[in-house]
Amino acid sequence: MTPRHTLHIVSGKGGTGKTTMAAGLACALASSGRRILLCEVEGRSGISELFGVPPLTGAEERRISRTPAGGTVYGLAVDAQDALIEYLDTFYHLSIAGRALDRFGAVDFATSIAPGLRDVLLTGKVYEAVRRKIKNRPNAYDAVVLDAPPTGRIARFLNVHAAVAGLAKVGPVRNQADSIMRLLRSATTAVHFVTLLEDMPVTETEEAVAALRPTQIRIGTVIENMVTPTPLGHHQLQSAAAGSVILKVPGLTIKQNQALASEFAIETARTLQEQQCHDRLTTLGLPLIQVAFDLGGIDEGAILAIAEQLTDQMSLEAA
Amino acid sequence: MTNGHQAKGFEEQPHAGLAVPFLDVDKIIGDRETKIIICCGSGGVGKTTTSAAIAVRAAEAGRKVVVLTIDPARRLAQSLGVGELDNTPRPVPMIDTAAGGSLDAMMLDMKGTFDDVVIAHSTPEKAGAILQNQFYMALSSEFSGTQEYMAMEKLGQLHNEAEAHGTWDLIVVDTPPARSALDFLDAPEHLSSLLDGRFLRLLLSPTRGPLRLMSAGFSVMAAVMTKILGTQIISDVKTFVRAFEALFGGFRQRATATFKLLSSRHSTFLVVATPQHDALREAAYFVDRLTEEDMPISGMVINRVHTSTLAISPERALSVAEDLADTSAVLEVEALRRHANLMRLIETETRMMERFASARPGIARTQVQSLPTDVTDLVALRRVGTLLADKD
Repeated sequence: MTPRHTLHIVSGKGGTGKTTMAAGLACALASSGRRILLCEVEGRSGISELFGVPPLTGAEERRISRTPAGGTVYGLAVDAQDALIEYLDTFYHLSIAGRALDRFGAVDFATSIAPGLRDVLLTGKVYEAVRRKIKNRPNAYDAVVLDAPPTGRIARFLNVHAAVAGLAKVGPVRNQADSIMRLLRSATTAVHFVTLLEDMPVTETEEAVAALRPTQIRIGTVIENMVTPTPLGHHQLQSAAAGSVILKVPGLTIKQNQALASEFAIETARTLQEQQCHDRLTTLGLPLIQVAFDLGGIDEGAILAIAEQLTDQMSLEAA
Repeated sequence: MTNGHQAKGFEEQPHAGLAVPFLDVDKIIGDRETKIIICCGSGGVGKTTTSAAIAVRAAEAGRKVVVLTIDPARRLAQSLGVGELDNTPRPVPMIDTAAGGSLDAMMLDMKGTFDDVVIAHSTPEKAGAILQNQFYMALSSEFSGTQEYMAMEKLGQLHNEAEAHGTWDLIVVDTPPARSALDFLDAPEHLSSLLDGRFLRLLLSPTRGPLRLMSAGFSVMAAVMTKILGTQIISDVKTFVRAFEALFGGFRQRATATFKLLSSRHSTFLVVATPQHDALREAAYFVDRLTEEDMPISGMVINRVHTSTLAISPERALSVAEDLADTSAVLEVEALRRHANLMRLIETETRMMERFASARPGIARTQVQSLPTDVTDLVALRRVGTLLADKD
């Protein structure tokens, strides 16, 4: 039996639908009775916007959706400064002092001068949520989905060991970095990449996969988003794209048929490009899945539709 | 918005006379008083392509242009001749200079720019000490605001050079992919307040000045910070700030000067977006922020807008496709289905753009239709330029 993933990290180039896909995955995982936490770390209020709920602030973990399957999705916007104050409280009982010092810019200072500290604080909060235990349950959440930084930054973000290399040699942050790294490298963590079937996002996916390999963090699935399926074969696509197809739709004038054919040529050329991109991704040797382009725009219904497609194609072990 | 009544009227009747002003890119390029064009927008909306296309068009219309790109896709960079990250503007080959213009392109080297500033403004020994400092190394290569800060610094340098030597008369700037909206406006302030902040001053001299009363509580905190960050970082920071202090005033001054330049009538902002919900939401944020800051904003460029020359509704296309479903007209069926999808997409995009326009009336706009292939060469950039300039 494949081990159940309890931490799903979702990355992708800007504009590929990374946040939407993370939300879809959270909903897919939220089958009957399960509790899923959806986290974001970039302060963009992407989650609350997507679900149409008031912004998530502070360390608040709020219910943002109940899935038709009977599961619950909670949302959390992790903020490095809040996480540091929480740290100071946990390890030094400095909660009030921490807040007071925030006025001096100490917290901003600490998280800014050491960019690595920032990443450890953010991943540390996610680690805490994954490992948190509550009464009568093995874990507070059955799974955590992280809407992670984009492909260009993901390897550095997750390479917590490198991040703390310049920091104190001892102390809680240092110790926790080891625990975080163990969690990230464990068989229960997977990083998924969202991409469009276009040159740039595919190139960035390839680069991110290569950058992540040395960290020993497992890569899960590559999700091809906004794909337009076609029943046509390669030769049909090629001749249509070349403009050598004459369409004869009854009821349309010759001119209209010509306009349709030239529109079809562009559409099929794009499909051929998409297929080339798909072939490039195949060489990565990772599971590939496809999510269809949603014409209606993204709302909660669309997220659930995406969740359904993810459930069908990913073995989510959502028992 | 200054005209509340008008805005309200628009909301009540979203379709009644909603005329979106046209963003005339050629007019902006043609106006010799326009010396800086800044393209901003969220990631993945085609900012770099837009900047490059505007630069090419301006150069071929007779302007002496330099385009500052941040992180271009490799093939686009190659076509502009900036495959090398060397921080030096280089002439773009194959530009039509018949109208007397020229085009140089450069890719921002964040750390290189920072190093140059340090070297240019301090003695060799001091510069050496700063460049070797661990904290400086982290700050110049990893700090989240450095890229934005350095983009502004570089812009200031290019502007000075343009003014002094007449090398260029137009600078086109592609902004870094912002973590959040307008980081590049906020980053200099953030970095300044960080290096000039109270915490740092306390750290350097906790027993002096009006803040000494705080010093008891502060030393507890400083001890904790040292435990978290390590003594090495703290001492690196101290050394760095001491060495950097003399330099720093200059940094701040230049950041302020650049900010002023951006607010002047010689600069103009273009907000780049695509007709999707997310991108338009980010664009709204940019527009509002620029308006708040009183920055000169010309309007919006909406990239990848889908169009069709065939006026057949999706319903009709689908119903004809259904009639043909069991025939051998496989290609016709697929073409009709694709057309129906395209028309639905166009409807969605139009609705998104209308919503945006009714919430922010008066923001001029130009559309660039979705292109079948990636923009990777000069020919394609010229085509984008034409689409940008053409009335939609």
